[in-house]
Amino acid sequence: MSGIPHDHYVPKSKLENWLHTRLPVIGLIHSTMTIPTPKNLNWMWIWGIVLMFCLVLQIVTGVVLVMHYTPHTDMAFASIEHIMRNVNGGHMLRYLHMNGASLFFLAVYLHIFRGLYYGSYKAPREITWIIGMLIYLMMMGTAFMGYVLPWGQMSFWGATVITGLFGAIPFIGDSVQTWLLGGPAVDNAALNRFFSLHYLLPFIIFGLVIVHVWAFHTTGNNNPIGVEVRRKSKEEAARDTLPFWPYFVIKDVFALAVILVGFWAVVGFMPNYLGHPDNYIEANPLVTPAHIVPEWYFLPFYAILRAFDGDVWVVIAVSWLTGGIIDAKFFGVLAMFGSIVVMALAPWLDTSSVRSGRFRPMFKWWFWLFIINFVVLTWVGARPAEGIYPYIALLGSAYWFIFFLVILPLLGVIEKPDQQPETIEDDFNAHYPERRSDSAPEGTPIPSPAE
Amino acid sequence: MIKNVTLCSLVILTLSVATAFAAGGEGYVEDYEFSFEGPFGTYDQNQLQRGFQVYNEVCASCHGLKYVPLRTLADPDGLGLPDEQVRAYASDLEIYDPVIDDYRARKPSDPFPDSALETAPDLSVMAKARAGFHGPYGLGLNQLFKGTGGAEYIASLLTHYTGEEKEEAGAILYENETFSGGYISMAPPLWEDAVEYADGTLATEEQMAKDVAAFLMWAAEPKMMARKQAGFNGVLLLAILSVLLYLTNKRLWAPVKRKGVT
Repeated sequence: MSGIPHDHYVPKSKLENWLHTRLPVIGLIHSTMTIPTPKNLNWMWIWGIVLMFCLVLQIVTGVVLVMHYTPHTDMAFASIEHIMRNVNGGHMLRYLHMNGASLFFLAVYLHIFRGLYYGSYKAPREITWIIGMLIYLMMMGTAFMGYVLPWGQMSFWGATVITGLFGAIPFIGDSVQTWLLGGPAVDNAALNRFFSLHYLLPFIIFGLVIVHVWAFHTTGNNNPIGVEVRRKSKEEAARDTLPFWPYFVIKDVFALAVILVGFWAVVGFMPNYLGHPDNYIEANPLVTPAHIVPEWYFLPFYAILRAFDGDVWVVIAVSWLTGGIIDAKFFGVLAMFGSIVVMALAPWLDTSSVRSGRFRPMFKWWFWLFIINFVVLTWVGARPAEGIYPYIALLGSAYWFIFFLVILPLLGVIEKPDQQPETIEDDFNAHYPERRSDSAPEGTPIPSPAE
Repeated sequence: MIKNVTLCSLVILTLSVATAFAAGGEGYVEDYEFSFEGPFGTYDQNQLQRGFQVYNEVCASCHGLKYVPLRTLADPDGLGLPDEQVRAYASDLEIYDPVIDDYRARKPSDPFPDSALETAPDLSVMAKARAGFHGPYGLGLNQLFKGTGGAEYIASLLTHYTGEEKEEAGAILYENETFSGGYISMAPPLWEDAVEYADGTLATEEQMAKDVAAFLMWAAEPKMMARKQAGFNGVLLLAILSVLLYLTNKRLWAPVKRKGVT
């Protein structure tokens, strides 16, 4: 599967040979598990495993929750309370599922930002990046629809606001919104289709995850210095890499265990901390909550959505130029979806020939500002749109677009990158200098590490 | 550039602090102490039983607990009432049974009744729906130190009537410092010695308010003690697993990092 030269699976027994000539499944597992992995990967390369765990956790807990949930506007809220009170372990299942979504998004943001910093999106890994962005979009859709299912106040009003975004599309908006909801407003039809899609999308995500992994197993992993693994010979490649099993499996599982300590503490001690209390009030179309806020992981984009109101000169200009077709509401919607589109286009917007941010002195600063900006947008997204907050949101939203559309293309031209190591082996050896003269030949893994 | 950005954000931060102070708006919630706060907090069974008495003698005339099954009154992690007492309590309440098309006495497997008064909200999950302490500035840090705020809200609401009232559209509204908007349609429900506690606790207004708030917290989160126990066990097991995996990982990588096998 990988372009990096390494040993391939050879059937050892008659039975294995019989199976291999019919379905090379053992070979597939073998090449997946032994894939040569750059040995200098740091701790930011563990989020993939965490994400894989989250997907499985969400599917497993979700499948059990479905057995007790009723997708009907009259019964959904009550069925959640039924799960919390009458189903064996139901309260733990639901809290795991609720907070599992938060861990999922925390991990995906760190995973994406790692990719941004180390230039993992650059050639030849553009497909991996694009598939990843699709997975991220589907995650957002899945999480949003899942949040509607308990049929609390935030479920209902969140659904009303978000589907209302489609209503902002000029000319066809109202029809699209009605088509999405299956009626004129958020009601039983909407709840049922959201339930159906909430069950379907994770499996599509699962399929995309396989493609995502397939893509980067073809190109090989990126690594913190962004210098490719040498591929001229097996020996050269072996000096830059280690097999995935056991080195990275054990490392990743260790990191996962540490993260799960924190996750489990949240589930056990403060499971509602990240949720909104209003969702413990049953949906009531006649009572609008004082502040409609999405879950925390949508807040940066919610901030961008709200930032472009009718007072911003860009919005006024665009509205005037398009003869009012693009009004403030539609502009906000375009900005929100556009913010993800520009991120997906990063492989083509970034003009720098250097992959890793470690060797890009100017990029570093702008990147960290981007991260701080992301945190600020998350915070401001939950604040009421009054006083200073809309200005902060506008500033932050503007920086988001400037980062991708101006800074990334410009830096490639004006930045003078630092000296990069020649090989991954050099980088690794610089970190772990030889101590004893009688040590094993460098890079040679011990034959049976478990002993 | 960096200097400018820092300066700019400082200015913005200062301004936002100023506006947040000016905004105010939310009602006052007193940070009462409850036994179930914090990662190791547990329900105080005596307090839950007292709170149930207040609920039963005062609140239940208008409010309901339609999601709470009566049988859970016997849960050892909650009120821990004897089975006979639960059965007796249930049988005093009626429920419409569509199978026999008539009313019958409730069984422990039935839930508490719905609200008797249409305008009185159901209290089953109220203690979670009124969670607060989201400050400062929406960062949610207060919850880590003060508790989730739901029970505190209920106790504050019950004790922070000012005594003022006004008439609006034919209904009397009572001024309350905790209720958002300042006026609530519920008349002050508690007064000194409104109930007589069997365990001899003085039935002051604040005592009753705290007791019934604790009871409603239990009603909203009956599995809290089991959950915290699971949380504690899980954290402990995962921490041990983490240490073992750390050592495994260290030993596995030692030769690669040329640190020598210890």
